[in-house]
Amino acid sequence: MNYINTAYLVASALFIIGLRDLSHPRTAMRGNILGATGMLIAVLVTLFAGRIIGYAAILPGIVIGTVIGIIMAQKIPMTAIPQLVALFNGFGGGASVLVAGAAFAEAVVLQAQITKQLAIATAISGLIGAVTFWGSLLAFAKLQGITTEKAVRFPGQSLVNIILGVIILLIGALIVIYPDELWIYWILVALSSILGIMLVLPIGGADMPVIIALLNSYSGLAAAATGFVLSNNILIVSGALVGASGLILTKIMCKAMNRSFANCIFGQQNAAATETKVDDIYTGRVKSSTAEEVAIMLDTARRVVITPGYGMAVAHAQHAVKVLATLLQSRGVEVEFGIHPVAGRMPGHMNVLLAEAEIPYEKLKTMDEINPTFEQTDVVLVIGANDVVNPVARTEPRSPLAGMPILNVDKARSVVVIKRSLSPGFAGIPNPLFAAGNTVMLYGDGRQVVLDLVAAIGEL
Amino acid sequence: MELFISALTIFVLATFVGFEVITKVPPILHTPLMSGSNAISGITLIGALIAAGAGENILITILGFIAVVFATINVVGGFLVTHRMLKMFKQKD
Repeated sequence: MNYINTAYLVASALFIIGLRDLSHPRTAMRGNILGATGMLIAVLVTLFAGRIIGYAAILPGIVIGTVIGIIMAQKIPMTAIPQLVALFNGFGGGASVLVAGAAFAEAVVLQAQITKQLAIATAISGLIGAVTFWGSLLAFAKLQGITTEKAVRFPGQSLVNIILGVIILLIGALIVIYPDELWIYWILVALSSILGIMLVLPIGGADMPVIIALLNSYSGLAAAATGFVLSNNILIVSGALVGASGLILTKIMCKAMNRSFANCIFGQQNAAATETKVDDIYTGRVKSSTAEEVAIMLDTARRVVITPGYGMAVAHAQHAVKVLATLLQSRGVEVEFGIHPVAGRMPGHMNVLLAEAEIPYEKLKTMDEINPTFEQTDVVLVIGANDVVNPVARTEPRSPLAGMPILNVDKARSVVVIKRSLSPGFAGIPNPLFAAGNTVMLYGDGRQVVLDLVAAIGEL
Repeated sequence: MELFISALTIFVLATFVGFEVITKVPPILHTPLMSGSNAISGITLIGALIAAGAGENILITILGFIAVVFATINVVGGFLVTHRMLKMFKQKD
């Protein structure tokens, strides 16, 4: 028995070192492999040195899970990474619900003494696990376009959530008082499932990075709670690590949108948006351009910055962007990428897409690095980004975007916006950048427009 | 109670370790960090294996079996997709 715990200790240490390595570009790959090694050690020791009696349910389970996991991880296009991570997250949370339920059932069947701690840990495990499972499934459905990606709100939503939360707490108390009544646990799980869906419903597209990071944190906490149920230290340690890392990412995302933690989580974006007339801003001021004109601008520029947004992912434009960047560099133009922390649908989404297109990561600059350089930039190419380059965040204190740090692309000499139409971004407000004197619009599908630019530059 | 307090101690200390280890992660690695840590949270697999292999009664075995499938997808898929992403970052060194 002792050397099982020793092996768990080794695995926990590998997780910690792995996570540390994952936070540096040079060591990240080793970190992931260390984490996987830790997992393998923990699984093997549990399988062959633990108190396993029968393998009949285990082996098929592992085979099915492995095959599904491999297929999903290999087949998924990089543009769909956010929904894949959401889905994996959900499975982790779901597993916690089932494991805690099974452990509780076992204690009841064996008529073991059920301590208060065990009952409380089981209730928490069921609550967080079910919220994670259903919340992640809904996030997946939203990102995959199965359900609407918009925020769904109805009157009294917060009140319903609060009542639901209180009922869940009361049922949790019942579990502690009547631990032999197994069915109470499953009622708690059912209600927590509804809560999970209710918490993700009011989260719309651009808020997804926050909720994905948060659900990531929850899946860790669910695993830790299950660790308390089983008195298993490796679950507690790993769960706490993931819970902490998810929380840090959530905080970074909220900060990048200048919103409080609570505001982010409950999706209470300022509904009282300013009454700006779209026509007042756009009419007679928006200039549209052609690929040929923009090609000349780009070719004569000394420095070009490309700022991608979710639209680049939707249009699968990352490879075309790479071709354009390489072409410009070969013609002596300095090209860099400015990436807003919440561009895309999950933290770091744009970086992954551009890395997939084999753009060297030294070219990918953070908002803080790129912002001071815009004044020395000849052309900024905005591809499928909107709210994160909207100057009203700086100028209009009553706007829903007020105070959000943005990419100051309007400081560049000229701005080219590639977009399908003038439709607003997620915040639902017009963007004066499109009507600015130094901005031209290039309408069309992101990928096609970039390819047109490449062709036009080639003919110069 | 004794057992609970020592479990709680481990939980709190591990949380602090988590905060310390992750704090300085560059934005470029946010996605791989999330999917990698996500795979680690699939550690529930250990509990799932114990439940599925306990052989106590059929309900527990079924719960354990489904949990093994879920957690294995989480673990295998999570580490693999992270590896796939990091390989793309690596090529440019």
